[in-house]
Amino acid sequence: MKLLLIAVCAATLLMAGCSRKSDQPAPLQSTAAGTAIVESSGGKQIGYAGMLLDQPVVVQVNDASGSGVAGAAVHFSGPSGVSFTPTAALTDSSGQVTTTVQLGQQAGRYKLIGSTHDASGKNIELTIDEIALGYQQTVGAQLNAQYCVRCHDPESTPQRVSNMDNLSVKPHPFTEGDTLNKMSDADLVAIISHGGPALNKSPQMPPWGYTLSKSDIAALVSYIRAVADPPYQAGGLVYAQK
Amino acid sequence: MRNNLHALWQLFFGDSARAFGSASAILLVLLAVAPAKNHFSEWRHYQKQYLRFIRGRADAVTLERHFQGGIQQIWIPEQQVTDRCTTCHLGMKEASLADVSSVAFREHPVIPHKLTEFGCTTCHRGQGAATTVEEAHSATEQWEQPLLPAKYIEAGCGQCHLENQTGTPFLNQGRQLISSYGCTHCHTIKQADGTSLTPDDDPPSLKHIADKTTREWVYAWIKDPQAYAGTATMPSYHLSDDDARDVSAFILAQSTPLEPPLQPVKADTKAPADPAAGTSLYGQSFCASCHAMQNAAGMMVGGNVGPELTGIGTKAKPEWLQDWVANPNHYDPGTMMPHYRFDAAQVATLTGFLESKTEPDFVANVHLDPATPEQIEHGKRLVLENGCASCHEINGIKKPENFAPELSRIGSKPLNQLIFVEGVEHTLPGYVAGKVRNPRAFGPSLKMPQFKFTPQQIDAITTALLALTDRAQTQPPTMRIASVQQTKYQPAGNAGQLMGDLRCFTCHMINGHGGDMAPDLTWEGTTVQREWLTQFLKNPETLRPALIRRMPKFNLTDAEINTLADYMMTVYQTPEFDRDPLPVSQFTPAQVEQGRQLFYSKFACQSCHIADYKTDKGYIGPALAATGKRFNAVWVYHWLKDPQALRPGTIEPNQHMTDDEARALTAFLMSLKSGGAQEAMKK
Repeated sequence: MKLLLIAVCAATLLMAGCSRKSDQPAPLQSTAAGTAIVESSGGKQIGYAGMLLDQPVVVQVNDASGSGVAGAAVHFSGPSGVSFTPTAALTDSSGQVTTTVQLGQQAGRYKLIGSTHDASGKNIELTIDEIALGYQQTVGAQLNAQYCVRCHDPESTPQRVSNMDNLSVKPHPFTEGDTLNKMSDADLVAIISHGGPALNKSPQMPPWGYTLSKSDIAALVSYIRAVADPPYQAGGLVYAQK
Repeated sequence: MRNNLHALWQLFFGDSARAFGSASAILLVLLAVAPAKNHFSEWRHYQKQYLRFIRGRADAVTLERHFQGGIQQIWIPEQQVTDRCTTCHLGMKEASLADVSSVAFREHPVIPHKLTEFGCTTCHRGQGAATTVEEAHSATEQWEQPLLPAKYIEAGCGQCHLENQTGTPFLNQGRQLISSYGCTHCHTIKQADGTSLTPDDDPPSLKHIADKTTREWVYAWIKDPQAYAGTATMPSYHLSDDDARDVSAFILAQSTPLEPPLQPVKADTKAPADPAAGTSLYGQSFCASCHAMQNAAGMMVGGNVGPELTGIGTKAKPEWLQDWVANPNHYDPGTMMPHYRFDAAQVATLTGFLESKTEPDFVANVHLDPATPEQIEHGKRLVLENGCASCHEINGIKKPENFAPELSRIGSKPLNQLIFVEGVEHTLPGYVAGKVRNPRAFGPSLKMPQFKFTPQQIDAITTALLALTDRAQTQPPTMRIASVQQTKYQPAGNAGQLMGDLRCFTCHMINGHGGDMAPDLTWEGTTVQREWLTQFLKNPETLRPALIRRMPKFNLTDAEINTLADYMMTVYQTPEFDRDPLPVSQFTPAQVEQGRQLFYSKFACQSCHIADYKTDKGYIGPALAATGKRFNAVWVYHWLKDPQALRPGTIEPNQHMTDDEARALTAFLMSLKSGGAQEAMKK
């Protein structure tokens, strides 16, 4: 009697457990394996929180001689909130896999991982860094594009010729973390607001404090911090995070 | 079995004392359910977790002082906001929690609004009054608006901000795409401020299409517009070969000849002597400011105001090209293309050049027999069914009204009014994005055509559409920030007519009307000297060395130039200051010298401007080497004092100069009277 009751309960529980549909796709079967996985393109992009990256991420699986291996399974993973389309695929004839990436909701840096197995079944991994801008950094990015890039970006495009080479003192690109990370927020605000002379630097950096608002300048600083390479570590907040 | 149950019954309810005891116990348990549910509720769990989380931190005391237990609520009756989100999202206002990984306890990213003034669901949607994770975030049977995915969050801003904002690039892009792809030819989109979104894609009239191109080209084009030009905004209707044949037959059959008719291409002037003459005339006329063309290296070069010209020779008939180049008003009085005053030889040169730009593959495999009346009739039906006349003028077909559903409140559309298909996420954003991505997937009989958008463009358009909510329409008008609307300004008289003919407003803005490709001319009369203006209209020099887009040379007559210059010098004057209180003769050599010092040292103007072509290289602002010939001293002075006051949005920084500094710099700049860039290059 009791046994019957227990059996019925167990069966019910078991069925309840099984009713959840398994949406895990069948694992990819590699038909080949390489010895290394490298990034072809799509790393170090500056994207926006929660949005698709402009360029897809392309990785390549190579053999010992450095040429692409077709048919190797590559899996992508990242912090929570990041999604890949596709999350896994076999390399094409040139040894490459292309995936589009949607970043998570939080602004900041994202470490994406592309992994594959070598011939012995050992996992080999590649880390790709991406940056997601939040609201404030987005405002900064827009202001940067309007006011700053012409001098601070050495790259020229057909629409915009870089002015950097025309300046006797070369401005620092905002990605230049080695220099800019050493400056405090207050110093950055000072030099943006009052120009180079505020920090005993060149007057070729004009004062923007009468053109941009305080919140604009704060947005620019947050953008500069967001894109710094190597990444910027906020000094003042470290104690609070313990 | 029966015996067992009976024994159990006897045990608990055998006599009245047992029954009373058991019933009391059951009642007690039942009564305890409600407090227990409350005690074990999700939000208490989050609050306990939060307290545990902050306890270990260095700033625990501050955070604990800020913490308030119990259900928290932001209540803003006039905006219909009752949000209890902060019951669990406890770190929203704590700057030190900005980098915490848990969403529940993280500080809200910096935005220009206070949570207590706008609430949470105003932007994020979701069910504000709910106190469980599931109900607050997800769609339930009673609540259809789940949390908005992060990638569409700018839709929240767009409910009140009808203008373009610096912080919302995707919303801006989405709105721009909706107008540049002409969505509102078919869909009405009324905004809460009473304005409607208007298309700015300017689809061509087909009234005289047979004068312009061949039936074969029309056939190939409607089959796949992007095969002809990757930049084309016309969508694909997935027409079968037969349907495309019949539509092209009908369109061509409806075409009437232009009045007066096109002239045949003159045989004697057809071939220019110099093969490079066409290329250089195309370059000199700055056609590339508006039109793109693939160069020899396969790169697309040029603007996107006019259509791409890579295969124009395949598309347009020579006699039409000749007529269009000579005066575009004849074929299309509403075109944005200016009427260049080319002479006959130049028209022939340019026509020949454009004719040589062919893409023969595009129509190579198209062989159409003469159309039968049945085909034309069938073509007419297709044209009516697909709403071609919503965008294009076609003889004999009326522009259909409300051809497609109005989208003014699409962002609040109830899900039960939508039909979903396999593969489309069962949410409003999923539906909208799916429809933009692949409309025909929702049913082969649907009329919406297939546009070619990138995934980012689809997200941007979806963002702009999701901003069109009930809340946007019904909130108090004080919440709205209106968009900048074009005025209907038209200059008067002969000059006005001339400016219309030259299409000045395609590039220049005057009194809030016109384009943004070239400088605003509202106060040009105060800005420049008359002699310079006449010289510039006669032969525009390069003012900004770094720009590709330039003012074209229109071959104006002296009389036309005088008309324009007189009008601009008289009418386009700022009321802000008098034009002549700073005669240049007043400036002393000492002032000029002081100005030079300021230019090169204190303000380092040479970083962006050229005062002397020999030493300066600044590429960002206009060259200033001829300031003394070009500008009015008083304008220069006021510009130096506050550039944004004269031209809002200019990137020239306000340097906060003193009056003396501005006067000395004006003295120096007005002393610069060398020629323009071309002259300098010759030296």
